[in-house]
Amino acid sequence: MGEKIAVKVDDLTVAYNYKPVLWDIDLTVPEGVLMAIVGPNGAGKSTLIKAILGIIKPIAGSISIFGEPYAKQRKMVAYVPQKGSVDWDFPTTAFDVVLMGTYGSLGWIKRPGAKEKKIALESMEKVGMLSYRNRQISQLSGGQQQRVFLARALAQDASIYFMDEPFQGVDATTEIAIINILKELRKTGKTVIVVHHDLQTVPEYFDWVTFLNVKRIATGPVKEIFNDDNLTKTYGINYKVAVNK
Amino acid sequence: MTEYFNLLWHDYTLRTITLGTAVLGAICGMLGSFAVLRKESLLGDAISHAALPGIALAFIITGAKDSATLLLGALVSGLIGTYWIRGITSKTHLKSDTALGLILSTFFGFGMLLLTFIQKQPNANQAGLDKYLFGQAATLVESDVKLMVIVTAVSLVVLLLFWKEFKILLFDPDYTKTIGFNTKFIDVLVTFFIVLAIVLGLQTVGVVLMSAILLAPAAAARQWTNSLSTMVLLAGLVGALSGIFGTAISASQDNLSTGPVIVLVASVFVLFSLIFAPGRGLLFREIRFRNNRKDLELMKTLQFMYDIARDHENISHPHAIRILNNFQGYTKGSLKKLENEDLITLDGPDWALTQKGFDTAAEMYNQHMNNE
Repeated sequence: MGEKIAVKVDDLTVAYNYKPVLWDIDLTVPEGVLMAIVGPNGAGKSTLIKAILGIIKPIAGSISIFGEPYAKQRKMVAYVPQKGSVDWDFPTTAFDVVLMGTYGSLGWIKRPGAKEKKIALESMEKVGMLSYRNRQISQLSGGQQQRVFLARALAQDASIYFMDEPFQGVDATTEIAIINILKELRKTGKTVIVVHHDLQTVPEYFDWVTFLNVKRIATGPVKEIFNDDNLTKTYGINYKVAVNK
Repeated sequence: MTEYFNLLWHDYTLRTITLGTAVLGAICGMLGSFAVLRKESLLGDAISHAALPGIALAFIITGAKDSATLLLGALVSGLIGTYWIRGITSKTHLKSDTALGLILSTFFGFGMLLLTFIQKQPNANQAGLDKYLFGQAATLVESDVKLMVIVTAVSLVVLLLFWKEFKILLFDPDYTKTIGFNTKFIDVLVTFFIVLAIVLGLQTVGVVLMSAILLAPAAAARQWTNSLSTMVLLAGLVGALSGIFGTAISASQDNLSTGPVIVLVASVFVLFSLIFAPGRGLLFREIRFRNNRKDLELMKTLQFMYDIARDHENISHPHAIRILNNFQGYTKGSLKKLENEDLITLDGPDWALTQKGFDTAAEMYNQHMNNE
């Protein structure tokens, strides 16, 4: 192989009230892939990335980022939560939200200065939201809110991006804009891991895929493992969609 | 009123009380903004009720009746109550409203029990503890106000120092965790100062009404602004004004106790803001709704004209107004309005689209197609 390993998960188990949500997950993600995590509702897709990012405490398991424990490598990782996870009526502007992406590297107490503001503006430009920078966030459309979240992650200038259903509730234009940005990130050597719902677009958008349903079913290049066999194993029923066009 | 200001100038007690209620209103308003934005409005109510047994126990243990000692007791039991609420929500299946209700009633019940126990005691020193139930601003003395000012100053410093951390925690706690902040610490810090502000107000406003002072200014301020910093400042201002006006009204009318009047003044601010604030106010919304409907009619007419005009090589080719007859949306007034906005030109019985009108309609058309 020779290539570096971006994310390594060992024996990860997560449970809510004794009911296992993720069971003994081993996962290795090589650097520079654009990977989808697919699986049915309740398969633990969001939980997996939340556990990797330390938002949810696992019962067992360890996570390493480029060979070091996650706690040491936080600055290499950026997270784009589900759009619905925050209150968009919060009194703030699109620019302020993007600026939050620089808070992590600033650390405690220090205020964002000219350098941070420049980074935030550049990130907004990348996602085509520069002209909306002074908009109150409740006045943005769903797609624009998603772009703001993406811009916030871009402002972190990380090596690995975790995204939780970035295409949910966005318009077609935004979906294309976002996937182009993700492909751009991969081109520059970044690793992007996306919780994804729409099986139809997997071969078009991603080059790597993980099938998940409480247990990990398969991980690998889309060309090799995105087939009816794995889909059936993951989704239970005999899964023959129009994905093999 | 002039009489009141004369009094304020000369009467030392009134000045002390006014300063106290103003400072209290300001700090509660500012910290209350955080409670409101975290959707933890009822936490304030639970904390203030949870503080009561602390006051009673502090008296039983020390026998002292000075407010500093009693409020220290209130602070301790308020913090224990808050800690338990958090514990119940995170460790059991109970939802936070249930946890709040449980702690509120249990602590308050226990506090009432202790108060009646104290009242049955032979030493006559116990009188006056019940002022913490409904508050009695008249009992504020200089040392109380000094304490308020000091706590307020400390809160302000903390607020300024950790502004960025507070803001991001309020907006997106999960994300805050991922970028390396200790969210538990920020959470404890915010909550601690909210508890502190509540405890500080117990003597003035009382256990029962305290949460109103915390929430009302914030609720009013939220209506007027879309910026967190402005909201916090405005809430502080509304809180301070409620304190000042409330004290003034209760001082100029006999037998009106200050706490409830302050709460009522704050409620008037809320009511006024809910109705009249631009943007979020009910009145403004109604006006905007009507304007939108008018605009929509205008745009529908323009759209219809666009459909006719785009079949012609020259988009500004004049057409008879008559041909709009089979479209019901237009009136003389709306044509005039379109002309005023340079979207069309009128010439006797004819109309013609301008370039701007054509572009506006075309853009609308595209948007419409994209949304399909």
